[in-house]
Amino acid sequence: MTSVSVPTDSILFASPRDLFALTKPRVMSLVVFTGLCGLLAAPVAIHPVLAFAAVLCIALGAGAAGALNQWYEADLDAAMKRTANRPLPAGRMSRQTALHFGVGLGVFSVLLMGLATNYLAAAILGISILFYVLVYTVWLKRRTAQNIVIGGAAGAFPPLIGWAAATGDITLLPLVLFAIIFLWTPPHFWALSLFVKTDYANAGVPMLPVVAGLTTTRRHILLYTLPMVAAAVAPWAMSLTGWIFGFASIALNALFLILALFVLANRATEPARMRPEKRLFAFSILYLFLLFGALVADRWLIA
Amino acid sequence: MTPQDPGSEQDSVRKRQRDRARLMALLLGGFVVLMFAITIVKMSINQ
Repeated sequence: MTSVSVPTDSILFASPRDLFALTKPRVMSLVVFTGLCGLLAAPVAIHPVLAFAAVLCIALGAGAAGALNQWYEADLDAAMKRTANRPLPAGRMSRQTALHFGVGLGVFSVLLMGLATNYLAAAILGISILFYVLVYTVWLKRRTAQNIVIGGAAGAFPPLIGWAAATGDITLLPLVLFAIIFLWTPPHFWALSLFVKTDYANAGVPMLPVVAGLTTTRRHILLYTLPMVAAAVAPWAMSLTGWIFGFASIALNALFLILALFVLANRATEPARMRPEKRLFAFSILYLFLLFGALVADRWLIA
Repeated sequence: MTPQDPGSEQDSVRKRQRDRARLMALLLGGFVVLMFAITIVKMSINQ
């Protein structure tokens, strides 16, 4: 005789695939890559086993932050077409499972980072998880249109963590890398929010296009691209990197700026006619991969 | 909407439990190997 009800069973025992989806694997890939680049760009060589452990911890920490974000935002995700099929809003997992998974993964990642590398890297990892969950998800996201401007800091921590894991300290270059991702986040997310504005409006998220309109958002994209360009060229201008990074940075930033200008020139209000916005969003992801890839190439080929 | 057969639903739940148990065993095994490797590396660095 079975005493447990069927619907409760089905969400209590979430599949491994859904647990994996809870970690936002696509976001995690960018986080892991920038963390790895921070680690590889450091002037101190780290043992491959410890480097693997450090990158694993960054991945697990990012996964924990993603899981806790989905735990807290299940109601928002259910209201948005883009996220309605995630495990929680789709009813394939209980909220308690998501919470336990996220907290467990987060604590484990910080402890393992402390054991494998050093306490500075572990502390920054812990702060980045807490910042994403408490400052961005809980505090800012539903309250202000500046949510991703400040919340962007959470995604900017990985190069710092990678660098700290390798060297045990923080110098000027990892801080500039932090600044690059911090300033990259607003144009990246605002480009996305322009063509999924209706989703955000339906869910009641005060993204910039929802509260300030499309024109203001397009102007803000360009406005935030300018300091991002300055920060991205700074490592080369300050002789912290060599010519490979300098060349890649100038080329990539020129392209980013041109795409941001196309976005500014676009007057479309329908998502179907927002090609410049979609192009900028797609390129912004490639931009970060290539820029950080160039940083590592520069460090390993020139140094 | 058609009600789902409780038997087949329970089979699916059991399958998910088995999948999770297998995954957990693999992860724990991986964790043990990783901790062992980290310990050996730390010992060799501190020598």
